[in-house]
Amino acid sequence: MADNKLDYILQLADNALIYGHRLSEWTGHGPQLEVDMALSNISLDNIGAARSFYQYAAEIEGGDKTEDSYPYLRDVRDFKNVLLVEIPNGDFAKTIARSFYFDCFQFHFYTALQQSSDERIAAIAAKSIKEVTYHWRYSKGWVIKLGDGTEVSKAKIQEALNDVWDYAGELFAPNKLELEMQAVGIAPDLAPIKERWDNSVNEALKEATLTITDENGDWHHSGGKNGIHSEHLGFLLAELQFVQRAYPNSEW
Amino acid sequence: MSKGEWPLWEVFIRSKAGLDHKHVGSLHAVDSEMAIENARDVYTRRQEGISIWVVESENIHASNPDESESFYEPSDDKIYRHPTFYELPDKLKHM
Repeated sequence: MADNKLDYILQLADNALIYGHRLSEWTGHGPQLEVDMALSNISLDNIGAARSFYQYAAEIEGGDKTEDSYPYLRDVRDFKNVLLVEIPNGDFAKTIARSFYFDCFQFHFYTALQQSSDERIAAIAAKSIKEVTYHWRYSKGWVIKLGDGTEVSKAKIQEALNDVWDYAGELFAPNKLELEMQAVGIAPDLAPIKERWDNSVNEALKEATLTITDENGDWHHSGGKNGIHSEHLGFLLAELQFVQRAYPNSEW
Repeated sequence: MSKGEWPLWEVFIRSKAGLDHKHVGSLHAVDSEMAIENARDVYTRRQEGISIWVVESENIHASNPDESESFYEPSDDKIYRHPTFYELPDKLKHM
């Protein structure tokens, strides 16, 4: 049970870390200085939330574990983030499409997670919800602007939303661990979160004059929650972990 | 927005309640909503403000630098416009 809770906390942390890391890849490369800053801020918010969860994990596991043990010293199969957050950034439209789906999920998920029976997890969710509210506002705003913009911007965001769509389903398909955590009140039920997510996403898409072409029905990519990742996560971790692997235990 | 640069906006931030909004800089955005969000992201990351104004730069009309002689120099020798010729009573402080 304690081990399961540890794994669940690491899953929450991994989602925030890998998403934050992907957004950080825009730093210095944003299409506008203002967009560069915004994506970097959102990246830092997520890495900050990940730190809070990793710190809690380290306290539970004890020994010589620290918050750095998890991002820097675990192998790819140990990461439990959803595939959605690890897919490469692609162009700006694809990054926004991913953020649109994930920020909306985080908004409704953290809202529910504030009711977790674990006080520490509930407190981290309560702290993050203000940040996530802004993230959702930001990515939703961009989808509406691009969708309701020029012919080119509309075509690009439409294609990106269709491409990324099949990664969103994994967010709402609970694995064994999540069901166990839900049974003891630590994790929220994902079914009502899916309903709220559908409503929010559809409302925004309507305003953006966009419609998702869902060719694959209920099928979606999955595996990340159980440590089965795309080839992309390995490359991401190679960059993230390089210094710690090359110079073990080095400090600033 | 279809070509080239987004419009330029001037940003004014109120640092705390009761103080004036002060000009802090400028940025690019396609509309006022985005300008406020961008201002939030660029100019209030370190707790600089509690309120933001944005104004499209093209709506600001400025004095012409070429006219600065006729505009400003005439006041240089009108020192009597400063209230410095009054004898102040000793008990009056902080003037």
